[in-house]
Amino acid sequence: MSAPIEQSPGEIAAHVEEPMRATLAAPRRGRGAAALLGWTRRNLFSSVPNTILTLVALALLVWFLPPLINWALVKATWTGGDPKLCREAGGACWALIETKHRFILFGLYPHDQHWRPLVAMAIFLSAIAASCDPRFWNWRLAGIWAVVLAVGGWLMWGGFLGLAYVENARWGGLPLTLILATLGIVLAFPLSILLALGRRSDLPAIRAVCVGYIEIVRGVPLVSVLFMASIMFPLFLPEGLTIDKLLRAQVGIILFTAAYLAEAVRGGLAAIPKGQYEAADAMGLGYWQKMGLVILPQALRLVIPPIVNQFISCFKDTSLVIIIGLYDLLTTAKTALTDPPWRPFYVESYVFAGLVYFGFCFFMSRYSQYLERRLNAGTRR
Amino acid sequence: MVTKGAWWNDAGVRAVLYQIVVLGAILLLGWYLVSNTLANLAARNIATGFGFLGREAGFAIGESPLAYAPTDSYARAILVGLANTVIVALVGIAFATLIGLVIGIARLSSNWLVARLATVYVESARNVPVLLHLLFWYALITEALPGPRQALNPIANVFISNRGIKFPLPVWEAAHGWMAAALVVAVAATLVLARWARTRQAETGQPFPIIRVGLALILGLPLLAWLAGGAPTALDRPELKGFNFTGGHTVSPEFVALLLGLTLYTAAFIAEIVRSGILAVSRGQTEAALALGLSRGQVLRLVILPQALRVIIPPLTSQYLNLTKNSSLAVAIGYPDLVSVANTTINQTGQAIEGVALVMAVYLAVSLGIAAFMNWYDKKTALVSR
Amino acid sequence: MANDPVILLDKVNKWYGEFHVLKDIDLAVGKGEKVVICGPSGSGKSTVIRCINRLEEHQRGRIVVDGVELTSDIRSIDAIRRKVGMVFQSFNLFPHLTVIENLTLAPLWVKKTPLKQAQETAMRYLERVKIPEQAHKYPGQLSGGQQQRVAIARALCLKPDIMLFDEPTSALDPEMIKEVLDVMVELAGEGMTMVCVTHEMGFARTVADSMVFMAEGVIVEKAPPKEFFAAPKSERTRQFLSQIIGH
Repeated sequence: MSAPIEQSPGEIAAHVEEPMRATLAAPRRGRGAAALLGWTRRNLFSSVPNTILTLVALALLVWFLPPLINWALVKATWTGGDPKLCREAGGACWALIETKHRFILFGLYPHDQHWRPLVAMAIFLSAIAASCDPRFWNWRLAGIWAVVLAVGGWLMWGGFLGLAYVENARWGGLPLTLILATLGIVLAFPLSILLALGRRSDLPAIRAVCVGYIEIVRGVPLVSVLFMASIMFPLFLPEGLTIDKLLRAQVGIILFTAAYLAEAVRGGLAAIPKGQYEAADAMGLGYWQKMGLVILPQALRLVIPPIVNQFISCFKDTSLVIIIGLYDLLTTAKTALTDPPWRPFYVESYVFAGLVYFGFCFFMSRYSQYLERRLNAGTRR
Repeated sequence: MVTKGAWWNDAGVRAVLYQIVVLGAILLLGWYLVSNTLANLAARNIATGFGFLGREAGFAIGESPLAYAPTDSYARAILVGLANTVIVALVGIAFATLIGLVIGIARLSSNWLVARLATVYVESARNVPVLLHLLFWYALITEALPGPRQALNPIANVFISNRGIKFPLPVWEAAHGWMAAALVVAVAATLVLARWARTRQAETGQPFPIIRVGLALILGLPLLAWLAGGAPTALDRPELKGFNFTGGHTVSPEFVALLLGLTLYTAAFIAEIVRSGILAVSRGQTEAALALGLSRGQVLRLVILPQALRVIIPPLTSQYLNLTKNSSLAVAIGYPDLVSVANTTINQTGQAIEGVALVMAVYLAVSLGIAAFMNWYDKKTALVSR
Repeated sequence: MANDPVILLDKVNKWYGEFHVLKDIDLAVGKGEKVVICGPSGSGKSTVIRCINRLEEHQRGRIVVDGVELTSDIRSIDAIRRKVGMVFQSFNLFPHLTVIENLTLAPLWVKKTPLKQAQETAMRYLERVKIPEQAHKYPGQLSGGQQQRVAIARALCLKPDIMLFDEPTSALDPEMIKEVLDVMVELAGEGMTMVCVTHEMGFARTVADSMVFMAEGVIVEKAPPKEFFAAPKSERTRQFLSQIIGH
């Protein structure tokens, strides 16, 4: 998804333009202002078309930025909690966020208990960050996740050890988004390994089952999987047994994500040289020993970046649960606007939710790039 | 004497055994789910089967490229939904490709400002859920734009309001038929000409400016046909009557929001694909081609593009597929696509399994079709190496 | 010979940002002359020959090739590139084209040769580099030595007056170096003007008319190979030669 970004523009330009245009006109020995002038000339005004491009881009910025700054900062209303003040000021109504941010971030979770989802999220995020690092890879990691899920569940549900019970119909906002995405990846992971191994298996029936599952799930939209989860799951279960909406959506997301993760894992398996398989066979290891001790530890290391990317798309895709009526971050941002006096300030609400999503996804993608670089450096050594 | 192991330790027997166990477990699970479902359906008095497709749908569909009335059947309604999905997907793919191409090249620009602006666009568009894009644009169109009576009028006869975009269409006349025929002729002539140009270059070495001539033909012939047909200029103009417009052609706010959201989101991914495709062609290739005396245009056309396309096409098709699948989010803003119509159908008839299965089957067919094309393309263009 | 140079570099200077790669380079190559440039990595030797067909732009001084001075005028650059063939360290064959298509690409589009004629020429050169049987394979199917010979044939197809070689054997396995050098020696025997960056001192002794030693962007020494190897004037040259021949 993302190639390294930090490359000097000149270096890249060399690929599309004649090299001599990329190598530069005059020797540069100046300092300070002179150096800045030289930089400007080389990067913005090196030729006539380049100068025109710069001017067009500048015109775009001049046309676009001042009204934006004016709206978002200069004329904005930051506090007060009164939509009337916003309308009089005529700028952005950040007071909406001031008033509604608790609802947007935590949904209908009891107001005085918001610290609980907050702590749960912090624990989740630390566990994710640790899981991405091969240094923490051993059997204890599964134990850590068991503890994390237990503590997370206790914090969110409560009901014992002094915490009041909160039914999961009241969960919402960012914690819900994060739970759906995290569990979506974590629980899909073992399933995806089985699917990937199955797809590369020598046994035709097992291979057919795995290929069929992966291709079918990847061929349909998540919306249809969620519909299936919400409408059809209740029909699958014996009479009298029901599972709630959140669990249904979670199962749908896990089943959906597993197919995509399986393809990532398969890529890692394919990248392991044949010699590794042969060496393991030669040592007399059985299939599961060979995979568990030799192949998977190497393959999974290779697929960390694609898995993080999958987590990013999963994090964004959980927003689709709005369609089956769960209160995730995007739904709360939309619902906050049903309060009539605040209705005109939808841009502020969506921008706020967008920034939260952006913050998470951008951070995660940078983290995945960092991991990729470090892992590459590790294998080169 | 060779000792023979127990039969259950034989590798071949074990392989068969494993497969029987796994398949058995899956069949058992399937049988359990199906029997539960049948029991549940019987308890709720829901009939299974696709018989409902022939019944009268009874609901209206906001926009439809096919003739449709609420008295038509469910099958017809679902067909309309499918048509709407296809339209938004095709238009979205066209725009996303165009924007993605421009932004991808801009990211590689030696112009610092242009490269940075492109980066900002890519990062901010792709790190936000596509559904947020849709809701945002839908809110912007329906809330920020004025009503029909104060509609924005950027060019004569084009009106933009919270009811959508209204624009004029030429009144159909015989000349337009001739124009269509002229276009077909021009395309055919260009193809023939391209063949001839290749042969001539092989024989005499003289290249023929086929791109320019072909473009002139494709634009020029229909224009000539229009002039020859008496140059009809009658337009079906949108006009304000009471509280809304009559006449002209309408693009609904739902369609515009869906198109904007899908296009801007997917374009960011396409830009990255284009960028990495161009970067994948090593600088040595350009240098070698220049050293042979090829011009910049020739280097791009004969050396860089054929290699870059090979890298670009597979992920690009998967983005096209993503866009098509994401168009199912139309249900969130009320554009009547396949999923949206199927959803209404399910709510009215209770035929959940059939409805979801139908939707999944359609998307699956599209995905598998494109996957087959990709396999073919990969085989065709695979770089031969030792 | 020196009275009528086909390549003339006159006080050529070049910078990469702050870094001064070429410092007052003076070099004259006569018609049919073979010049071998050597020097430690980073000495600017590749940059010199890349300036001659303007894959790199020099910033000060004059470069004249076959009577045409190199300026930013596109036509003069094209004219010079047609007369100057170049062989790269990393071959740079076009992987999406077969060997014969690699060879005919430039004749077809630059010289506007009819296809048949271009293919005949291409086959002739493939025979000269001794791999006519590989004509319809893709570069990826050939060994490094074969690829480099194709690259030489590709450059020759434009019938250049001058050939530039940028470390043509550095990326090759030892057993393949000879097959490429043999082709180059044969080419030298036919009177081609050649400028060659290489560390193959055996090759240099056989074909070079003059040796150039560069270090840190400066031409330290220029001499006929006999003098150059027997009695290098500068201490740096001596050091470099002992390192390179020593093992």
